Amino acid sequence: MSVIRLVISMIATLLLLAATAPSMAQTDPLQTLVQALPKGGYAEREKVILDLAGTGDPRVADVLGALGKGDLYTLKDSGTVIVATGRGNSLETADPLTGKALGAVDKSGLDKIRVNNRLRRAIDSAVGQLTLMGKDPATRLAAAQSMLKTTDPAAIGMLDTAIAQEDDARVKTAMEQARAAALLKSDAALENKIAAIDTLIAKGDREALAFLTGARSGASADLLPAIESGIKSIEDKLAFWSALQNVWYGLSLGSVLLLAAIGLAITFGVMGVINMAHGEIVMLGAYTTFVVQEVIRNNFPGLFDYSLAIALPLAFLVTGAVGVAIERGIIRWLYGRPLETLLATWGLSLILQQTVRTIFGPNNREVGNPSWMSGAFDLWGLSITWNRLWIVIFAMIVFAVLLAVLNRTPLGLQMRAVTQNRRMASSMGIRTPWVDALTFGLGSGIAGIAGVALSQIDNVSPNLGQSYIIDSFMVVVFGGVGNLWGTLVGALTLGIANKFLEPYAGAVLGKILILVFIILFIQRRPRGLFALKGRAVDA
Amino acid sequence: MITQTLIRALDRKALFVVALLLFIAVAVPVSNLYLPEGHPLRVPDHFVPLFGKYLTYAMLALALDLVWGYCGILSLGHGAFFALGGYAMGMYLMRQIGDRGVYANPVLPDFMVFLNWKELPWFWHGFDMFWFAALMVVAVPGLLAFVFGWLAFRSRVTGVYLSIISQAMTYALLLAFFRNDMGFGGNNGLTDFKDILGTPIQSGTTRAVLFAASAIALALAFLVCSAIVRSKLGKVLVAVRDAESRTRFLGYRVDNYKLFAFTASAIIAGIAGALYVPQVGIINPGEFAPANSIEIVIWTAVGGRGTLIGPIIGAVLVNAGKSWFTGVLPEFWLFALGGLFVAVTILLPKGIVGAFTGGWSALKARRASARAEEGTNLSGDLKTSPAE
Repeated sequence: MSVIRLVISMIATLLLLAATAPSMAQTDPLQTLVQALPKGGYAEREKVILDLAGTGDPRVADVLGALGKGDLYTLKDSGTVIVATGRGNSLETADPLTGKALGAVDKSGLDKIRVNNRLRRAIDSAVGQLTLMGKDPATRLAAAQSMLKTTDPAAIGMLDTAIAQEDDARVKTAMEQARAAALLKSDAALENKIAAIDTLIAKGDREALAFLTGARSGASADLLPAIESGIKSIEDKLAFWSALQNVWYGLSLGSVLLLAAIGLAITFGVMGVINMAHGEIVMLGAYTTFVVQEVIRNNFPGLFDYSLAIALPLAFLVTGAVGVAIERGIIRWLYGRPLETLLATWGLSLILQQTVRTIFGPNNREVGNPSWMSGAFDLWGLSITWNRLWIVIFAMIVFAVLLAVLNRTPLGLQMRAVTQNRRMASSMGIRTPWVDALTFGLGSGIAGIAGVALSQIDNVSPNLGQSYIIDSFMVVVFGGVGNLWGTLVGALTLGIANKFLEPYAGAVLGKILILVFIILFIQRRPRGLFALKGRAVDA
Repeated sequence: MITQTLIRALDRKALFVVALLLFIAVAVPVSNLYLPEGHPLRVPDHFVPLFGKYLTYAMLALALDLVWGYCGILSLGHGAFFALGGYAMGMYLMRQIGDRGVYANPVLPDFMVFLNWKELPWFWHGFDMFWFAALMVVAVPGLLAFVFGWLAFRSRVTGVYLSIISQAMTYALLLAFFRNDMGFGGNNGLTDFKDILGTPIQSGTTRAVLFAASAIALALAFLVCSAIVRSKLGKVLVAVRDAESRTRFLGYRVDNYKLFAFTASAIIAGIAGALYVPQVGIINPGEFAPANSIEIVIWTAVGGRGTLIGPIIGAVLVNAGKSWFTGVLPEFWLFALGGLFVAVTILLPKGIVGAFTGGWSALKARRASARAEEGTNLSGDLKTSPAE
């Protein structure tokens, strides 16, 4: 027992000695240099800083960092350099190299070691060089990136050494880019500069573009063509990525439109019923999500990530039931009179809106994103948010399921039969009123689950539906009534066209142009992109 | 058959309606201006512009009825023509403010000074003259309707499709007028008017005159519409409504008839808008909202489409109801309006006047409306639209 204790205490003593050793050893050259910092004017101080940086000792980074922040002081009585931090009159002091606490000292007993902007730059680049050799790849990466910003030609040598030692590919690239940027500013040989330009072209972002445009002004005639072509190739690349980003935004908007319109494609497209309350049914779906989340928040907080999975079937059932009720209560009296249907359902939309406003209040309700739907990630040059990605995927799933229901199930068969020839279908024993109610219920249910998705990206308020109803009709009319593929193509086309117009025309004007385009398009093809042909048109 | 008797019946009433409107045009202003305060027959000050507003709405509903009730074109964008007429008048009134605006700029309206504009945009020139503004009140909605109708009718866009693209038209205009760069005051629209034709717009006399003008304009519009529907042209319009393809096959240029009705209707709507603006004192992009245009349809439907007096009754009744509701039970107005839409379309497809002329007894009314329904069924907007 006692032997072990003895060993432990010996080790502890040794460790203690090792820890305190450097500060005790006054012969440490670093210590001498640090103590030399307060002496002389700014010019001398800069020399000391460069000497410190030249040692390559990682501890120097902390000292210089403190100096840059203005935390480095001298004790008035002894002249010792210390780090002092804190607020008020009494500051906590510490040894600059070891970080050992030296107790509180009154501010009046301290002299700050002053720095000017020139010194700060020197400090920054010195710290950058020091951390470039650090152990942690993240630190080295940060250092390389900060050196890319300062682009000091004097650092090229340092970077060369660092690049030679570096084995992390990412960090190495960042260092090479920093080196290239610095090289462009230096008076290096032509071929080195051209190699540097190539490195920057490979980097290919706005930052690289800025370096090249900056270098263009002072470039020699030999270098100019290389820079010009570099700028052009980066600009082309950027234009390509921004076009791709626009396509993505367009796809995302298009799938939102698709979700909003696809229920309408059933009620309007298949049944020929103009349901102006469609937007309000979407809104009901969104409010169902809100209610589900409220219940979960209050009772089962752990289930929050599953709230959408619970809300989806519920929203489908709620809005589907509302849809069946609407069909049985109102629409069945108005078959064959589409304009009257339009008016009655508009009235219904007012009633639904006001009902929701009365129950839930006129303000926006908060619907949260589950954790798997928040945040974003970078894919090549694109920034993609998770909720948009999920909505695109979700829209495609809904579309596929609906297509399968219409083409592969008995209900779908009966629906198509009733659409194509109601009387014949009825003679064949299909209960047409029943099919009507179910079709309308299906369309409404789809609208409801669209509401669940839209609650993730839009404000859930009683006016939610109104903002989608006109767009949805545009999509259905543009795509062609009675054809789900038309709705898909219509929604994606309008979404992408909208996003491509936005940068040039602005959001509002872009939308106006789209509306005018659709109005003109309808003149050319009065029945949309994918028109039904034959007798079914007039049925 | 039904329609003919309806027209003949209204024909007898036409004189009565015009006389009644002219009587109102004189009686209301006179009672407001010359009867002493507190007199039981005196129309209170604030009712004059309010009733005047109803009359312009009635005119708007009448305009819609001409295309919907008689020609079977359900326009969901008639609010746009109304608003354009209103904007033309509003621009004239803005120019009349002169240097009495907040920024005291003699030429530029306040909002332009605020937006740092240096000179008047080209489309604002001429609006300092009343005759030019009056011309624009007619020309702008008329031209828009002509171009829109020419495009739509020529390519045989009918029924629901036409309704939806007319809604898209007013929606596009709504978005456009919300933009500040358009030069129409953006979100706030045009307001703070001072003078009309040299007289202060707020004064009792001006308001009374505006009221009289609205009543007379409504009477004139009624006469014009009545003349149109009584003429041979009107008969063709009804034929287009009831059996478009058949009319075309009989050799009539259906497009031209529809275009005429649509343009005439838009012009009437524009004039209504021009009379509306000085009485309410503001015009803003909200007037272009698709919801407003649909509301016009319900006024017409409540009163009875396919009759000329119906829309007038409907517009006044619904708007009076709206004023009363929003005063007493504001949160229930949308319930009432929505219920009205549903109830009228299902229970009263021919509106109040239709039910009234159909016969006094419930049975007779039912039969008449059933027969009338058959008629509309045949007209079937999607049903008999021509095959591609």
